[in-house]
Amino acid sequence: MVNRTVVGAHYGLKDWLAQRVSAVVMAVYTIVFGVVWLSGGPFSYNSWKSLFSQGWMRFATLLFVLSMLYHAWVGVRDIWMDYVKNTGLRLLLEVVTVLWLVGCGGWAVQVLWRS
Amino acid sequence: MQFRVFRYDPDKDDKPYMKDYEVELEPTDQMLLDALVRIKEQDDSLSLRRSCREGVCGSDAMNINGKNGLACTTKLSELKQPVELKPLPGLPVIRDLIVDMTQFFKQYHSIKPYLVNNDPPPEKERLQSPEEREELNGLYECILCACCSTSCPSFWWNPDKFVGPAGLLHAYRFLADTRDQAAAERLDNLEDPYRLFRCHSIMNCVDVCPKGLNPTEAIGKIKTMMVKRAV
Repeated sequence: MVNRTVVGAHYGLKDWLAQRVSAVVMAVYTIVFGVVWLSGGPFSYNSWKSLFSQGWMRFATLLFVLSMLYHAWVGVRDIWMDYVKNTGLRLLLEVVTVLWLVGCGGWAVQVLWRS
Repeated sequence: MQFRVFRYDPDKDDKPYMKDYEVELEPTDQMLLDALVRIKEQDDSLSLRRSCREGVCGSDAMNINGKNGLACTTKLSELKQPVELKPLPGLPVIRDLIVDMTQFFKQYHSIKPYLVNNDPPPEKERLQSPEEREELNGLYECILCACCSTSCPSFWWNPDKFVGPAGLLHAYRFLADTRDQAAAERLDNLEDPYRLFRCHSIMNCVDVCPKGLNPTEAIGKIKTMMVKRAV
């Protein structure tokens, strides 16, 4: 195959925007979580468990986790695109990244909804 | 005054080396370029580009004590000794302080740095309101010295794919021009993970620009235009 430099994949805006939005979601969650946790009283396993048994907390935490996963995907893919020159290796690293993040997402859901 | 200058002649040297110079300055020698001219009197094998000697042509961009800048607008009194001079980072060295700017200009040309307007030219000129003209300030002043692009890690890693801060500043200069009719094509051309989105807004470009321009802000405005047309 000829070795020409090709560009023009015509994507990137959605990911760039999602990275900003997910950053805001994570920042807001961190503040809300900090306030709720610190004002919630005795730091025991039971208070921690009751905090995360509430529906809104699970909802908010899931949003936080999903935001973090997408944010991490865009950021890690940027690192591969910046530094890894070999296309095959880059594709492999990107696939491994996606699989790892999806696995982490499933695990997070399981942790959150474990009674 | 003491200087350490990057020397490399591919015809003679196996690898680059730093050479020390001690220069007697005259009271009229105010700028780094004046000192370089003195060094060249001492050792005429030193190669560098220069032309206007007043920050307009952008020929004498180099890495000065670790930071890119123009030799002709850098005051000698503000430099720590020995002054280390190296060629612009990230571009192939032709000889000494002279780099091969082909890649840089390829990226510049790729953004079509000219007005696209298919209407028949008016008798006198294509008019803009003062407010429309105002938008071009901080953009048209770029002299293409390459200080910004060669201080940008994204340009170091992907000079063949990432347009770089200088090219993107010029891209916005034409996107911002109300007389231009190719905004949609220009945005299509830039909407690419490599051409535009390699910029991670670290602002090295803003830090080094000898004309005080802000490529990061221009890149942000390109992204804003893309968001505007997409959402």
